[in-house]
Amino acid sequence: MSLSAYIPIVGLFALAAAFGLFSVAIAPFVGPRRFNRAKLDAYECGIEPTPQPIGGGRFPVKFYLTAMLFIIFDIEIIFLYPWAVSFDMLGLFGFVEMVLFIVAVFVAYTYVWRRGGLDWD
Amino acid sequence: MLTSLWLLIAIPFVSGGLLLLLGRRADRWGHWLGVLAPAVSFVLGLIAFVQLGGRSDKAVEQNLWSFIAVGDLKIDFGLLFDPLSGVFVLLITGVGSLIHLYAVGYMAHDERRRTFFGYFNIFVAAMLLLVLGNNYVMLYLGWEGVGLASYLLISFWFNRPSAATAGKKAFIMNRVGDAGFALAIFLLFKELGTVKYTGDGGVFESVGQLSQGTVLMVGILLLLGACGKSGQFPLQAWLPDAMEGPTPVSALIHAATMVTAGVYLIARSNPIFSANPTLQVIVVSVGAITLLIGCIIGAAKDDIKRVLAWSTVSQIGYMFLGVGLGGGAYALAIIHLLAHGFFKANMFLGAGSVMHGMQDQVDIRRFGGLSKHMKITWLTFMMGWLAIIGIPPLSGYFTKEPIIAAAFERGDWTSWLFGGAALLGAGLTAFYMTRLFVLTFHGPKRWTEGQHPHESPAIMWIPLVLLAIGSVVAGFLMKTSVVTWLNPVFEGVETAHHESVIPHSLINILGIAFTVIGAGLAWMLFQRGTALMPEPAGPVVTAARNNLYTDAFNEVVFEKPGRWLTRALVYVDNKGVDGLVNGLAALVGGGSGRLRRLQTGFVRSYALSMLAGGVLVLGALLAVRLG
Amino acid sequence: MPELKLPDIDYAALLPMLILFGAACVGVLIEGFVPRSVRNMVQLVLSLAAMVAALVFVIRRAGEVTAENAATIGGAIMIDNMGLFMEGALLVLGLVSLLLFGERTLERGGAFVPHAAVTVGSERDREQAVDSGATEVYPLALFSLGGMLMFVTANDLLTMFVALEVFSLPLYLMCALARRKRLLSQESALKYFLLGAYASAFFLFGVAMIYGFAKGVDFRAIHEAVRGSETSPTLLLIGLALVAIGLLFKIAAAPFHVWTPDVYQGAPTPVTAFMAACTKAAAFGALLRVLYVGFDGAKWHFTPVLGAVAVLTMLVGAVLAVTQTDLKRLLAYSSVANAGYLMVGLLGGNKDGLSSTLFYLVAYGFTVIAAFALVSLVRDADGEATHLSRWAGLGRRSPLFAGIFTFLLLAFAGIPLTSGFMAKFGVFGAAIAGDQTWLVIFGVLTSIVLAFPYLRVVVMMWLSEPGETTPSVSIPGVLTSAVLGIGTVATLLLGVLPGPLLELADQASSFIR
Repeated sequence: MSLSAYIPIVGLFALAAAFGLFSVAIAPFVGPRRFNRAKLDAYECGIEPTPQPIGGGRFPVKFYLTAMLFIIFDIEIIFLYPWAVSFDMLGLFGFVEMVLFIVAVFVAYTYVWRRGGLDWD
Repeated sequence: MLTSLWLLIAIPFVSGGLLLLLGRRADRWGHWLGVLAPAVSFVLGLIAFVQLGGRSDKAVEQNLWSFIAVGDLKIDFGLLFDPLSGVFVLLITGVGSLIHLYAVGYMAHDERRRTFFGYFNIFVAAMLLLVLGNNYVMLYLGWEGVGLASYLLISFWFNRPSAATAGKKAFIMNRVGDAGFALAIFLLFKELGTVKYTGDGGVFESVGQLSQGTVLMVGILLLLGACGKSGQFPLQAWLPDAMEGPTPVSALIHAATMVTAGVYLIARSNPIFSANPTLQVIVVSVGAITLLIGCIIGAAKDDIKRVLAWSTVSQIGYMFLGVGLGGGAYALAIIHLLAHGFFKANMFLGAGSVMHGMQDQVDIRRFGGLSKHMKITWLTFMMGWLAIIGIPPLSGYFTKEPIIAAAFERGDWTSWLFGGAALLGAGLTAFYMTRLFVLTFHGPKRWTEGQHPHESPAIMWIPLVLLAIGSVVAGFLMKTSVVTWLNPVFEGVETAHHESVIPHSLINILGIAFTVIGAGLAWMLFQRGTALMPEPAGPVVTAARNNLYTDAFNEVVFEKPGRWLTRALVYVDNKGVDGLVNGLAALVGGGSGRLRRLQTGFVRSYALSMLAGGVLVLGALLAVRLG
Repeated sequence: MPELKLPDIDYAALLPMLILFGAACVGVLIEGFVPRSVRNMVQLVLSLAAMVAALVFVIRRAGEVTAENAATIGGAIMIDNMGLFMEGALLVLGLVSLLLFGERTLERGGAFVPHAAVTVGSERDREQAVDSGATEVYPLALFSLGGMLMFVTANDLLTMFVALEVFSLPLYLMCALARRKRLLSQESALKYFLLGAYASAFFLFGVAMIYGFAKGVDFRAIHEAVRGSETSPTLLLIGLALVAIGLLFKIAAAPFHVWTPDVYQGAPTPVTAFMAACTKAAAFGALLRVLYVGFDGAKWHFTPVLGAVAVLTMLVGAVLAVTQTDLKRLLAYSSVANAGYLMVGLLGGNKDGLSSTLFYLVAYGFTVIAAFALVSLVRDADGEATHLSRWAGLGRRSPLFAGIFTFLLLAFAGIPLTSGFMAKFGVFGAAIAGDQTWLVIFGVLTSIVLAFPYLRVVVMMWLSEPGETTPSVSIPGVLTSAVLGIGTVATLLLGVLPGPLLELADQASSFIR
């Protein structure tokens, strides 16, 4: 197998890196500069950046729930993507299987929704 | 009816089961169900009996289902209806029904009457199984069934210590015999590969293949079983104690039917017993010794039921004598058994009727003059008395006299021995039975205060009358018909006929003479009553009062060494075995306590132990491969 | 673009699994939409109906299995006689233990906590004490059971791994749901999860090794490779060892049993019963398939090592049972020892070994479910009174239940006329026929040791005077009574009339490769 197949990937890496560098470099020049206390706080998934003195750093389970819900749908996308690519080849069988898969995830989603997993409070 | 023989057993069994399972709900009508069941069986048995008479082959076999099938051991739940089991079925259900009827009155005031009838029906079912089985295992099944029923009924009044003890005694002494019987069955199976009586290379057809030693061994073991069940020497001690049970039990189980199972066993196994002359001598000796022991002890007892019990022991001795003599005497023993079933049941029920009227008094020294107050009981008891001592033309005469005659026909000096014993026994029987009769019904009143003897209710005297009629007429009928009827069962037995050492007519005269002398002596001695307390007496009477020291003998020879053995074993068990076991237990316990510390509860140490295990398994697998 | 080859799928053969998974999904929806008051009833009926339906299709399939139609989904699932028997056994045992899940008369709201996530001891925890328990256990149990069905029919190691996870994850969850002693329950669930994940890692690593050796993960490829490969078998043996460890963890063989006592004690008793009967059966079903189908060529390698594991398992289970003071832990160690006896049968390595192991699994399953059902009956104000001292004198208080428990303990001890005797007799006989007499010697010795703790319980129940702290036995509801009845009658019947099941196990004891 020739390495030429990987050239687009290298290109993609280069593009991504360039975009990142460009964004960071250009932001101080074009963005407005308005500072306040909240803005100076580091964002870290809702967790207070310094450890809480009591309880050894306990924090609400809600964040985990949200993160786990995200992962579930993330995985769904990961499965959907290769299917979409080879949709022609898999045909009706692939379509039915994928519908079943989506239904299964949807069942879980409904459960979470009905049981209040999506309510923040 | 011959195609559904199982009904005979099933009816009393189901009825007994119902009575025991239904509990209080059946209290009001349970006893009538209890009476109905053996009566129905009797009717069915009679039909089967008549049908069998119309057939040429005289034996009907039925295999209901495969009872045990393990490897080579194949035992069917099979029934056999032949002339021998036929007459037994009629005896068990016929006399049984009458005694059941009597018990309705006798047990009327007992709050556990329903339970009593439940046990009683179970007994009838087991006894029918015993005589109807077509192989030794069926016989054994019934054998243990009647043993169980007998145990339950002897200690029916279990809150009396004496009844509970008597039950245990019967049970334990029977175990000795049962062990012998079981060993005999094992031996037969080992040697012949079957336990069936006849057909398909059954035991009786192939007994000829056995060596004389094996036959002797099987026979002695069977005899041991028979002695246990029938109260024969040396296992006779339980039977008189068994009188602690209610009187109908004594009449049915310990006089008419169960105790004759030993005779049935030997008669059924006649091809085995006829195959070895030594064996026959042993059986005859057991019979002769027992009949004399029974007479002697019976003459010294003062308890009405005990006298009758020892008389039963003695009469079964006559039957053993008969079956031991072999040949034509098998049938004689069986007819004596049947006749005995009638007159002994009659007398036991009569004794029960006397006790009923005398507020459960059993001491014959405290009776006397009852003939005026209990006319029916007196008359029926008199029939039984005349029958057992053998006054012609009552049944005992027709059935006992031929056995005595047969004992004289052995052809050598043993004729004198056994014939003499049988003759002497006849005299003694007349003596003690007359003593019993006279002291109870005649002579001066020796009642305790406040006794008002009265006749028993009709439900009790009707069976008495029927049994008394049986005692009178049965002997003659059986002498003429049953002996021929039983021919098919015993026809295979070759008879080495010997001339009698003294002529028959002389034996006949001698028998009647001994009887009359014995009875006359007793009448003279006891017509004026007797002392109310035991008087000092000579060594013979003292010995007889103490059961000829057989209980003492048992205690010294079996019980004491048994206790010593137990004590020694307990010592060894405490010091040696327990020490070892306790040591091991301590070791295991200690190890367990130490190992337990590994279960710390920390998941990290669990994971570590799993890892260590994993490394070990992996290492071991690779080591196996390399090694 | 090349045409993708689609696998053949025999839906009829897969139906039992599909029904369970489908019903579980419906169960999840029910959790969302059906009012709380009727949820328990609806879920229970649905789960039972699903299991019965699955069982019906398993039975209908019986007798139609041929070498051609056994494998399906491209050979990932193998529904042969053995697989079918295991499916049926799992469904029956699952059905019986599910009845315990539904019991609500012993305790208000049932054995499960309404919201497991609520902090123990908090205000909300006190509030939820009277609420109806979580009904999620039903779909969880269905998922787990479906996973087990897949586990015992999996025909390659990857499918087996997926099935392992499918049936394990719901179990971890269910362990955390006890209404009483919640901290203990949560601790047990966490331990089970961590160690389970650890064992799964072993398994997966082993699969990779075997793939390296056999260039495939399906059992036929492994079988061929073991028989004829030129490659050095080191990879194979490492792989086999690691896969075996993953499975030995599930059957609770020493030294991979460490989770068992803690989890059995902490989990809600119905879940413990379910685990003790079904997890053990499923794991043995898979182990049998792996060893008999995939690695039978390596028998000479693994038999001595697994034999040593079996001996260790029996010893550890029996010896540690002696000093236990908690009844659920005692039963846990007994379950460990029984895993050892089952391995003795398995290592017999012949058809008898296979059939006797199958018989043992079913017989033991019934007895252990009934035993845990009885444990759930002896209660005081704090829930189940599982400490041994609390059972003293129970025979006087409730002779019936003490009698049943005595009978079950005698069955565990392998006394004749109980299924335990027939089962032990079968596996020991098979091991002797397979020249593994040394295992049988250890088996008999440890049985003697093990009889001691059982009899101690019996003696405690009958010969001690009931103390003031002796709790009374609660009157069981219909469901628990049914479980007790079924378990006890099965224990007796399989001891007295083992014929039909033995015959069935004998017919089932053949794999298709």
